[in-house]
Amino acid sequence: MQNEMITTPIGRAAASDAPLLRRLRKRPRIGEALIRGFLFFCGAVSILTTLGIVFELGKESLLFFQMPKVTLLGFLTGTEWQPTVGKFGVLPLVSATLMTTFIAMLVSLPLGLGAAIYLSEYASPRARATLKPILEVLAGVPTVVYGYFALTTMTPILRAVFGEGRVNIYNTASAGLVMGIMILPLVCSMSEDALNAVPRSLREAAYGLGATRLETAVQVVVPAALSGIIAAFILGISRAVGETMIVAIAAGSGPNFTFNPFDAAETMTGYIARISGGDVAYDTPDYNSIFAIGLLLFGATLALNILSRRLAARFREVYE
Amino acid sequence: MRANLFTADANDLRRRRARGSVWQALFFFATIIGLVALAVLLVSVADRAFGLVVVEDAVNPSTLADRPLEQLSGAELAQVLRENLRPARLRAIEREQGRLETQTPAELLGLVTDEIVKPTVEQSYYLFESLFQRGRIEAEAAVKYPGARLEFKAWLTPAFIQNSMSATPENAGVRTALFGSLWIIAITILVAFPVGVGAAVYLEEYASSSNRINRIIQTNIDNLAGVPSIVYGILGLAIFVRTLGRFTSGEAFGAGGGNGRTILSAGLTMALLILPILIINAQEAIRAVPNSLRQASYGLGATQWQTIWHHVLPYAFPGILTGTILAVSRAIGETAPLILVGASSLINKDPNGPFAFFTALPIQIYNWTTRPQAEFRNIAAAAILVLVILLLSLNSVAILLRNRLSRRTT
Repeated sequence: MQNEMITTPIGRAAASDAPLLRRLRKRPRIGEALIRGFLFFCGAVSILTTLGIVFELGKESLLFFQMPKVTLLGFLTGTEWQPTVGKFGVLPLVSATLMTTFIAMLVSLPLGLGAAIYLSEYASPRARATLKPILEVLAGVPTVVYGYFALTTMTPILRAVFGEGRVNIYNTASAGLVMGIMILPLVCSMSEDALNAVPRSLREAAYGLGATRLETAVQVVVPAALSGIIAAFILGISRAVGETMIVAIAAGSGPNFTFNPFDAAETMTGYIARISGGDVAYDTPDYNSIFAIGLLLFGATLALNILSRRLAARFREVYE
Repeated sequence: MRANLFTADANDLRRRRARGSVWQALFFFATIIGLVALAVLLVSVADRAFGLVVVEDAVNPSTLADRPLEQLSGAELAQVLRENLRPARLRAIEREQGRLETQTPAELLGLVTDEIVKPTVEQSYYLFESLFQRGRIEAEAAVKYPGARLEFKAWLTPAFIQNSMSATPENAGVRTALFGSLWIIAITILVAFPVGVGAAVYLEEYASSSNRINRIIQTNIDNLAGVPSIVYGILGLAIFVRTLGRFTSGEAFGAGGGNGRTILSAGLTMALLILPILIINAQEAIRAVPNSLRQASYGLGATQWQTIWHHVLPYAFPGILTGTILAVSRAIGETAPLILVGASSLINKDPNGPFAFFTALPIQIYNWTTRPQAEFRNIAAAAILVLVILLLSLNSVAILLRNRLSRRTT
């Protein structure tokens, strides 16, 4: 029975070759082509998203810069942001963003790198298997919860330590510190990937020369993984710049050109969230300014992301 | 007096080893900090979601009847209501909820509490001070609020989940927000899942990496994954709320009207936000499918789509599912895009469809956190617990499903 099934088509083919060849030729399949087309469209949605972002941000920003009181130079160098009285200098918002980002990186770089070194160079497989998932849970906590944590726990701690007179209820230090905790898992897991990718032979060579574990880790493995670590760090900065809820809740509302971490100041993202919180009317200076600041934010994070991916790619090339 | 070469070496080695163990301790400390932070975060939320409260009643319940209110029958409770409420208020209640005689004793007891006794929380304490400093709190409450009683209150109760938004923290609940979140997530999944998996299939199975357009698509997806969520919110505001407002408000379909700040806009914005993550996760799952499976299928004469539909996708499904749930749990916790798209925390009507105005759990948490009254911090903490429980159960489902499905395929 089985034998027959296999031989029959061949037997038929021997009878006449031409129809068989025609049958075996690749036929146009409309269904397959349609499916392929649909799948291509799915992929293209991402391109449309990017175009949509660039187009909308660009269009509304253009309207913003066409307003009589706004100049590009004034926007980029002005130190006062008060749209209601026609002062459109973005620096107070930028300085607050830089403050929170700087503080966040001050927390997440040493801790993230230290944790990555511990997990990849010191920890036993079992310790690693328990510690890593917990750090991943930290990465999954919604940012609004971090915001709550900053305002209700971190700020009172700061005020207790440095004095209520010096520390404002809303301040960039609290937001930045909590943001650092939020970014910690990202920096840690990306750095750890980079450290793990360093070939074993390098470590063994160092041990063979009599280096201790610390010397091997710090003088051999970390330098070898440096571009991957820097990539992790830059991605962390990009995440901090774009983070919204922590700063919207804990850093304060109202632009303030200051570099005092205990003062309230509003970041770019915080401003966007506050202005759009109510029903913002279309085509007003407020509405358009959201897009101008959004464009700045998008440009900055995009540049950081691309830089980070370039570095990470170069690092992979070296060892693969 | 020259130092012996060997002793010098031994000292040096000891120093290097000592430095090594100091740094090992530091690295370990850095790892532990993350765990400590997580623990502190959870404890501080729980600390505020439970605790002692000072409650003051407008009318002392013992003056209403000769027995505790809980022991009264339905008829007696109705009698209490008739005696103590103004006739106009009584008529309003009967118009809204039906005649008093038709209601259950539990409902009547609720009415007596809300309308006559009117307990208000004068001050709330955190869980830990409630547990360890009860004496101090009792003394303080007795001085500041002489007529009030001190009771232990869990802010996270079944009523908190069933009630809708209210201006007083004691009566507020997350019902509307929970429904809003579920509606948004449903739309997000409906849109993002097919498109995301489709894009992943295209990039992994059809696209050749030498083609320029495909390379651009891939790079573009990687970059989109790093765009801040608030930028997606701006995009949603400009495209879905404003430009497509006729469709997202339901006007074009003869429903709703008003403006585009609806559940549909929020769901679509969230779908765009999680799409890159979903695609990247699904791509990884598809890439893990062994090539021998595809070749065996082709060898039997299956077409490319048949191979994908019957072999590649079922094999990759557990991975795709896990990736999707991870992406969706990110969407549930996202707040910033919803603010931009126009979530309003003042809504107390359950959403009845994609064209309804909405609020969502994270929005409610944000709003309550930024209120100055302490009691709102308490219910914000309770709402955070609801959100965290939702996320945890979603993730457990993901893990369970993955284990179950992957056992079947192997």
